[in-house]
Amino acid sequence: MSGVAGTFGRAAERRHRVREGGLLRGALIAGALSFLGIFLIAPLVTVFASAFSKGFGTYLTALSDPETLSAIELTLLAAGIAVPLNLVFGVAAAWLFAKYEFPGKNILLTLVDLPFSVSPVIAGLVFVLLFGAQGWLGPWLSDHDIRIIFAVPGIVLATIFVTFPMVAREVLAVMQSQGNDEEEAALTLGASGWQILFRVTLKKVRWGLLYGVILCNARAMGEFGAVSVVSGHIRGETNTMPLHVEILYNEYHFVAAFAVASLLALLALVTLLIKKVAEWAARSRADALDRAPALEATLSEPVGSTPS
Amino acid sequence: MTVSVDDLTKRFGPRDGAAAVEGASFSAREGEITTLLGPSGSGKSTLLRLIAGLEEPDSGKVLIAGKDVTRVSPGKRNVGFVFQSYALFRHLSVFENVAFGMRVRRRPEPEVRARVEELLKLVQLSGTSARFPSQLSGGQRQRIALARALATDPAVLLLDEPFGALDARVRVELRQWLLEFQKKTKVTTVLVTHDQEEAFELSEHVVLLSEGKVVQTGTPHDLYDRPKTPFVASFLGGANVLRGSVRFGMAEVGSMSVEAPAGTAEGASVHAFVRPHDIRLVKAEPEEDSVSVARVERLTRIGAQVKVSLELADGEPMTVQMSKVEVDSIGIEAGDRVLVDLREAKVFVEDYSI
Repeated sequence: MSGVAGTFGRAAERRHRVREGGLLRGALIAGALSFLGIFLIAPLVTVFASAFSKGFGTYLTALSDPETLSAIELTLLAAGIAVPLNLVFGVAAAWLFAKYEFPGKNILLTLVDLPFSVSPVIAGLVFVLLFGAQGWLGPWLSDHDIRIIFAVPGIVLATIFVTFPMVAREVLAVMQSQGNDEEEAALTLGASGWQILFRVTLKKVRWGLLYGVILCNARAMGEFGAVSVVSGHIRGETNTMPLHVEILYNEYHFVAAFAVASLLALLALVTLLIKKVAEWAARSRADALDRAPALEATLSEPVGSTPS
Repeated sequence: MTVSVDDLTKRFGPRDGAAAVEGASFSAREGEITTLLGPSGSGKSTLLRLIAGLEEPDSGKVLIAGKDVTRVSPGKRNVGFVFQSYALFRHLSVFENVAFGMRVRRRPEPEVRARVEELLKLVQLSGTSARFPSQLSGGQRQRIALARALATDPAVLLLDEPFGALDARVRVELRQWLLEFQKKTKVTTVLVTHDQEEAFELSEHVVLLSEGKVVQTGTPHDLYDRPKTPFVASFLGGANVLRGSVRFGMAEVGSMSVEAPAGTAEGASVHAFVRPHDIRLVKAEPEEDSVSVARVERLTRIGAQVKVSLELADGEPMTVQMSKVEVDSIGIEAGDRVLVDLREAKVFVEDYSI
């Protein structure tokens, strides 16, 4: 009897444990979903809802305001300069770190990450201290009639600074994971340094590079803190999109503020989409490599078949 | 001589650190396969990379086709290198992989096309030119790597553990294939391996390395039967090691005595290496009470071979390899007492500097 009771007891216990597991899982999922809803989805919906609250016509009018257009233009300009420069710098830095050993390499690698660890506002202040009227280079710059702070060059510099590590980090990770064998093979086959870079290395890291560029671009367009310090908020001249959103909001032009914000949000969504596509493309290549052994049987010894 | 290295030394890290390759000299034979054999960490791969120019030596010279190429870049040394990892360009088709060396030299398209097709035929992979490396098996990738390395007519082909990443069956097949391939192409080849069987099967010229130094060079037969150092003797075939000292001109090892090398000082410490299949066993008479008597612990039958585990008079273990026919004709079994005949032992005077 006791044996039977024991069996029933254990079965009940097991059922209970399963139910408890289900309950816990449900609670965790609900928690995660409501967190996502409150902190990610609701704000995104609000941005678009507020932007279109007075209708599509008002939305377009808000966006076609000359100051808004100028802010969009400046943002595109800053990103248009910062992203290509960081692309070149990032590939060069990743190449340096992946292929060479030299004293102080770790210190330099840490320095590359500095823009990630320093508050953007501090980064902006550094540029003001360097190039501002009271800064180290200020007198020389004003003697030569060069304006950097409170002008477009300052905004571009600040943008370059905060997006500095994005391409380098992504490309370096890919280069390190793929090793150096293909480059060495190219070297023994007689390829020059440039031929190795363009024919082998860049082809190898292209997905990582694309990913880095996308992230770099998103950050360049969305940067607020560093740019805010160096910009001077001169309307129609040194206002980028994020700065313009703040100004419009502070002046109670809610629809206009959210209209500009919706463009930035849209950019974020498009960025995520491209990133997903890049990841998918990279993964399907990796899958093709994994599938290779399965093809072994069908492909072995095709002697005598016609060359394609 | 097509390829030779002269007193080559390479250190990684600090200048006083251990050398990966130290004072290595050898010459590859024209039109033949030379193997660099050694355990992992013996510097064999570094030596090959020094020949290719993928590493720069601290001192010494590399000569290819009679010219000193020590300071010449890898691409201008006229070598073909095949990596253990294949190192095929994963973004290029098989055709473009093989064509790479000619593309970077800007050879005309018809020449490239003809050469690639010729090479793919040579490695028996003609149908694969449009495929990508990821669509090939390991053995096929290695053959494409070989074709790619040969595309620019190198003076020497350098193979770094070419079969290391393949499974055992494919490895044996490819080894045979490479041997025939090399006979056909007659290209001077230097091959690195840690596998003694592979080295002996592929070449008549073996360079044995240990701790960055060339310890012995010769035919497989030379190395096996006339090992110059205890390392060579123990690395080639799991020998039994017996320690002892010299008395009256004989080396007394364990509980037995064998002939010591001529001129060995009385009392010198020696160790003897005896290969498992170089030992004869004779069944001992029950009244026999010699120090050469050992007890049979266990017989392990592996196909036609029998591994006999002995316990010597002084308690040391010894392994003997015999054919099944031999064991049956002597009629030994576990627990029997046998006489051990060590005529083939190699005796080395101990080197206290190690």
